Amino acid sequence: MSYKQTVKNEREELKLFRSRSLVAGLLVFLALLLVVVRLIFLQINNYEHYTKLSQENYQKRIPIPPVRGQIYDRNGLLLADNHIEYVLEATKDKVPDLEDELRRLNKLIPMGPQAIKKFKQKLRVNSRFVPVVLRPSLTEAEIAIFSVHRSRFPGFKINVRMERTYPLGETAGHLIGYVGRIDKRDLKRLGKDGKKEYKGSTHIGKSGIEKFYETRLHGKSGYKIVEVDAHGKPQRVFESKPPIAGEDLFLSIDLKLQLRAEELLEERDSNGAIVALDPRNGEVLAMASVPMFNPNLFVNGISYKNYNALRNNPNRPLYNRALQGSYPPGSTIKPMVALAGLDEGIVTPSRSVFARGFFQIPGVRHRYRCWKWKRGGHGYVSLQRGIFQSCDVYFYDLAYRMGIKRFSNSLKRFGFGSRTGIDLPHEKSGIMPSATWKKKRFGQNWYPGDTVNIGIGQGYWTVTPLQLAHAVGTIAMKGMRMRPHVLRGVRASRNLPEKLISAQQLPSIEVKHASYWNEIIRAMVHVVHGPGGTARHAGNGAKYKFGGKTGTAQVFSVAQNKTYKASRLAKKLHDHSLFVAFAPANKPVIALAVIVENAGGGSKVAAPLARKLLDSYLLPPQKEEKKAKSSRKNIKKKHKKRRKKSKKHSKKHSKKHSKHIEKKQG
Amino acid sequence: MNRSGGLLGAIFRLLSRIDLILFMGLIILLSLGGLTLYSASGADYVSGENMFIITHHVIHLGLSAAIMLFAAQLPSNLLSRISVWIYLIGVILLILVIIQGTMGKGAQRWLELGSFRFQPAEIMKLAVPMMVASYFSHKTLPPRFVDILVAAILVAVPMALIIKQPDLGTALLIGSAGFFVIYFAGIPWKWLIGMLISMVIAVPLVYQFGMHAYQRQRIDTLLDPSLDRLGSGYHIYQSTIAIGSGGVYGKGWLNGDQSRLDFLPERHTDFIFAVFGEEFGLFGNLVLLTIYFLIIWRALILATKGQDTFSRLLGGSLSLTFFVYLFVNTGMVSGILPVVGVPLPLVSYGGTSMVTLMAAFGLLMGLQKRKKGYASM
Repeated sequence: MSYKQTVKNEREELKLFRSRSLVAGLLVFLALLLVVVRLIFLQINNYEHYTKLSQENYQKRIPIPPVRGQIYDRNGLLLADNHIEYVLEATKDKVPDLEDELRRLNKLIPMGPQAIKKFKQKLRVNSRFVPVVLRPSLTEAEIAIFSVHRSRFPGFKINVRMERTYPLGETAGHLIGYVGRIDKRDLKRLGKDGKKEYKGSTHIGKSGIEKFYETRLHGKSGYKIVEVDAHGKPQRVFESKPPIAGEDLFLSIDLKLQLRAEELLEERDSNGAIVALDPRNGEVLAMASVPMFNPNLFVNGISYKNYNALRNNPNRPLYNRALQGSYPPGSTIKPMVALAGLDEGIVTPSRSVFARGFFQIPGVRHRYRCWKWKRGGHGYVSLQRGIFQSCDVYFYDLAYRMGIKRFSNSLKRFGFGSRTGIDLPHEKSGIMPSATWKKKRFGQNWYPGDTVNIGIGQGYWTVTPLQLAHAVGTIAMKGMRMRPHVLRGVRASRNLPEKLISAQQLPSIEVKHASYWNEIIRAMVHVVHGPGGTARHAGNGAKYKFGGKTGTAQVFSVAQNKTYKASRLAKKLHDHSLFVAFAPANKPVIALAVIVENAGGGSKVAAPLARKLLDSYLLPPQKEEKKAKSSRKNIKKKHKKRRKKSKKHSKKHSKKHSKHIEKKQG
Repeated sequence: MNRSGGLLGAIFRLLSRIDLILFMGLIILLSLGGLTLYSASGADYVSGENMFIITHHVIHLGLSAAIMLFAAQLPSNLLSRISVWIYLIGVILLILVIIQGTMGKGAQRWLELGSFRFQPAEIMKLAVPMMVASYFSHKTLPPRFVDILVAAILVAVPMALIIKQPDLGTALLIGSAGFFVIYFAGIPWKWLIGMLISMVIAVPLVYQFGMHAYQRQRIDTLLDPSLDRLGSGYHIYQSTIAIGSGGVYGKGWLNGDQSRLDFLPERHTDFIFAVFGEEFGLFGNLVLLTIYFLIIWRALILATKGQDTFSRLLGGSLSLTFFVYLFVNTGMVSGILPVVGVPLPLVSYGGTSMVTLMAAFGLLMGLQKRKKGYASM
């Protein structure tokens, strides 16, 4: 290698290197330009898109469920309450070693293998991010124990939840209803907008008042928009709207009367129903259906075992007899039929019918028997006697002569065969039969014999206890009809006064002569106070006058020439015992219907029961205390007893709870 | 000047090797990087653990500055001579890592010598371009085919060992460092174009047969990050949100929601560019990229001023490798390149890479013609 060559090479190399460097520099510039183009695309063209994504990342909308309204009776006694419950729950995702933690936890707070098994089952079914309750209703001691050892149980934590409780347990359970966890069917019913409102809520009214007034009770949910980090941990609140608590409801129910009604039915050890209303405004004062059930069982999902027990119980405790029971009204509707007869000109107050114990349709051999057929019947029977002695023949004759068309139309004016429109779900309409109804229902023609039967409230005619009480109230008010209702007042919050709900009037019954009403009322008063009245012993010694009518509804048809003998029949085929009444006779404030299933004659069972109920409602409590032992004090006792029975919760809880509610509403 | 020695003179002589323009660029970059890292570490609101990132970063800076100053003093002929030894030691250490890795589990990049851990691959970032440059410095340029082949083997061996670890990012950086030496040595353009074409053909083949499943997945999610928003696409998804939501002027320093709320993973290491983009916006990005470009440009100028072939080749390679860091990282974070573990040079947290990069800049400064010394030769 010569020196010259090297120098030449050096120069060439430098030239080569410079050109390559220039090319490299340009390529670097172009490559960085590419990055810049990408950045412009991200930061200018798609700025809004990414800003939105970024916000979706860190802004979470957390719904705040409202506090459910409470339910009180007309005197402000609590029927449905929310109480604060502390629960121990776990999120599967956050528990590193479930078995180990459960074993150690069980040493601190013994839970029993069954609870643990159930918990594991729920954990399996639920999403791994959803907390599952291991132990509800923690006691203060348990909270303290867990708090001390909290760090040893990652994934487990104590949570607070508001739980609906019915402090009286079974009392008025059918009427108040219950809430339960929101299920798929509820979501479907709520629809799109409704679902939004229920984000964050866990429970919804499933029956009774809880269902009917769900919107009022639930309130409006609030929300807060919080900043969360990537782990979902809230950092700060951007915006919040507090929820609006549900309205407190004041029912027209008189708890004292309700308890008495249930007590009287339960004493009988029979199934049955009582409906009592104020005929002046349609307020339901009591609505009892026995057997009852404890609505508290449903709040957090009823166990399979409990539910089956309720469902398979032949006495059907879940079913609200007062609203859904369809019973043949028996003789209780004779006053209404008589009114229809007067108004249609079929009978007059003065004309009598000769009753020899049975009725025959001309040319037909079948004998429609009167309950008094054995003793040769009632003889000459006027309208008055027809009612107070409950003469079947008088009403067979009346119905037969009136014909089904006029009979049906006339009695429909009392509301038979259609729902009263009470503010409770699942009301049944009963059946007010007609020729067209029978054709439609059975595909058969209407026979005159059918008319004869419904004349005494048998045959196809069925009513609900509510309808019956309502119809009696209509008589008491001489044709004025008010829609029965349970909600009496509402209040938006604790500090606001109760706002009364106005009563709603239904079309009145207009008759040709107003005196017809007096005629009927006189006969009904005679039933309990007059000589020969079928319920005269029920009226014995009453300090007020009241009107009534007994009824005995056949469940089992007795063959011709046979006698009904209770001892020979199974209990469920025994006659239903019915009684309707209103009091005081001259200035009615209460109308009621009592049905005791399979208990026999109305005069023997239902009538005395109704009298006791009227006594407890109408007589001043001091005097009655000694006699019937159903004072205010007693209610409180029962209140306490039921409370204990339905749910054990410490005094402190309820104290805390009321404080909490005040805070929320204040 | 004071040529008689003395402490002041010694310091002056040490500092005289530093290129002021390049140094100023680095200072600006490191300042911006420090601010971003402070935000990304969350040291202002999460005290304690995160503060340690900042203190360590400061230690790294001091260490790197010292090493840069030291590297700037090394004469080119010495470097050229020791290249082969550093290279050989590096290869042996890489083999040791592989052996150690087969006994351990999964990815093994660290070599543990007592309590001291370091990545031998990091040495190779400097050793490979030094080795190749040293090899070419004894040949006439442009090189013959055989020389290129030898150089290619010199690059391929450590690359293969590092891919085996597996560390795709580092292998890529070392490969490009070696390649850039070959490029500056004067590999004919037609060969380069030929290589480009064969790469285009090879890419799908490598994708199909030469890749780990996780690497393949990274490419899949790069092409469509929404494929796996919560899994391997999560990084890119969140980083594009961060950059995009920064807009033109950014959300402001310490105000990046994506990073501060922990949505952005690896935000103080590989994905710090997203933090910067979120907080300083497009405007900040342009400033940052301009600084980077000026640094690279100045480094290339310094390389052309190299005193000999070795110096020029090494200097050019180091400059462009720095660019590769930048391009692969910003391309990855902004979503135009697959996720490869390459940090944003001199900004991402991490001592090893900072020391290597600053050492490279030190070498670059030291390789230019020595004004006084050269004149006296």
